[in-house]
Amino acid sequence: MAKRTGIEVSLAIAEAVRQSEVDVVSAYPITPQTHIVERLAEMVADGELNASYITVESEHSALSACIGASLVGTRVFTSTSSQGLALMHEIMYLASSLRCPIVMALANRALSGPLSIWNDHSDVMGERDTGWISIFSNNGQEAYDLTFMAFKIGENKQVSLPVMINFDGFLLTHMIEPIFIFNDSEIKNYLTLYDPTYRLDPKNPVTMGSVGLPEIYTEAKKQQDLALRNSIKVINDTFKEFKERFGREYNAVETYRADDAEVVIVMQGSIFESIQIVVDEMRNEGYKVGAVELRLWRPFPFDDLKSSLKDKKAIVVLDRAMIPGGPQGPVLSEVRSSMYLDKKRPMIIGVLAGLGGRDILLSQYKEIFNMGYDALKTGNEPEMAKIIGLRE
Amino acid sequence: MKIKEKPKLEELPFATIVTEPGTSEYYKTGDWKTLKPVVDKSKCIKCANCYIYCPDNAYEEDKEGYFNPNYDYCKGCGICVIECPAHCIGFVEEETE
Repeated sequence: MAKRTGIEVSLAIAEAVRQSEVDVVSAYPITPQTHIVERLAEMVADGELNASYITVESEHSALSACIGASLVGTRVFTSTSSQGLALMHEIMYLASSLRCPIVMALANRALSGPLSIWNDHSDVMGERDTGWISIFSNNGQEAYDLTFMAFKIGENKQVSLPVMINFDGFLLTHMIEPIFIFNDSEIKNYLTLYDPTYRLDPKNPVTMGSVGLPEIYTEAKKQQDLALRNSIKVINDTFKEFKERFGREYNAVETYRADDAEVVIVMQGSIFESIQIVVDEMRNEGYKVGAVELRLWRPFPFDDLKSSLKDKKAIVVLDRAMIPGGPQGPVLSEVRSSMYLDKKRPMIIGVLAGLGGRDILLSQYKEIFNMGYDALKTGNEPEMAKIIGLRE
Repeated sequence: MKIKEKPKLEELPFATIVTEPGTSEYYKTGDWKTLKPVVDKSKCIKCANCYIYCPDNAYEEDKEGYFNPNYDYCKGCGICVIECPAHCIGFVEEETE
């Protein structure tokens, strides 16, 4: 049986990587991800983890090394944050187009400038279109569990794609939480040996990463789109199997008291748990409110999201990253667009909050729910997102 | 030849991996050019400079010892035109077929 232990979330993720018996780790330290890779380096040095730890001079090289290792057919892990992920940007597309099931632990952090080491979702949103599977975790237990599921999903032959697990920098990485840590044997039975469709092998030579002439590129991109789009079935099956095996439930779209709600907040990450406190308070006051979390960001869970939102009167989308000069929030823009063709849809309002580590107070979540009620009263659906707590 | 030049989506190999060696031979790269070299054999001294300098190995020697460009692979760079000491290579507009 799994044992519940008080452990820093970063160290729990490192423990998950060890238990997943990865063959290669390549990463470059960056706040707030550092403790994960530091611990892994220690494990490799001490012989607790039988893996190659490739030290590199940058994140660009880290992900490049991961791709090479993955193409040989090994299980590969990396971890980064913010500027580190931005430096990986060019290579991110190659990892997905070469269909490398690399697992990345992404400690979500704001992008410079101004320089910020604190938490928001700018980094993951910048890599939205790189073809990776992207899943959010809301607490330490989820970050730990999803690390195993990430290998399971990515390495599935029907998927064969890289997976990033998002967890809020500092809010989770540096938190000591009570986490059920598996016995090594439970994971040994859960994760089977990675068996790629093709691997770099001198005995059976193939060419990988060749040029895509104009006659090929369009079909190649569509092939990648289909792979990512169709992976949703494997992701849902993996969640289901995990629940059957270990008892903890995961869904592409998570809901809290949303079934009969009139107004819901749609968001991602650890704030899902803070909002639940406000939902309970407002429910006691008689407001029919709820929360909906887009756990799965890529592939976008169109059907699950729609079925969670279709009966609502107003939804407020809370973004933790900004699209300057555009529709303000990436999640707002995608949720709106996914419901555009629906004959009957709720009012959709956007807010930006918690940028660059700014706290979101419980009273502000209340303010956000009230924005939904105001919209219902006035019938006014503002085009632009409102920035919560902006001094002006 | 297993590889098609213009495969349909479902015919495209997984991750566009090429499982057969030497497939670049299937690609005719000569359709990039706008000007093509034309050899005037009456002035040619058979020095083979065009054959040596051609970056695409597009020149082929015929039975009489003259060198002729293979337009399937000639990209129309014009290096042979410049390098020919006998000035026997003209550079003319490619006609669309």
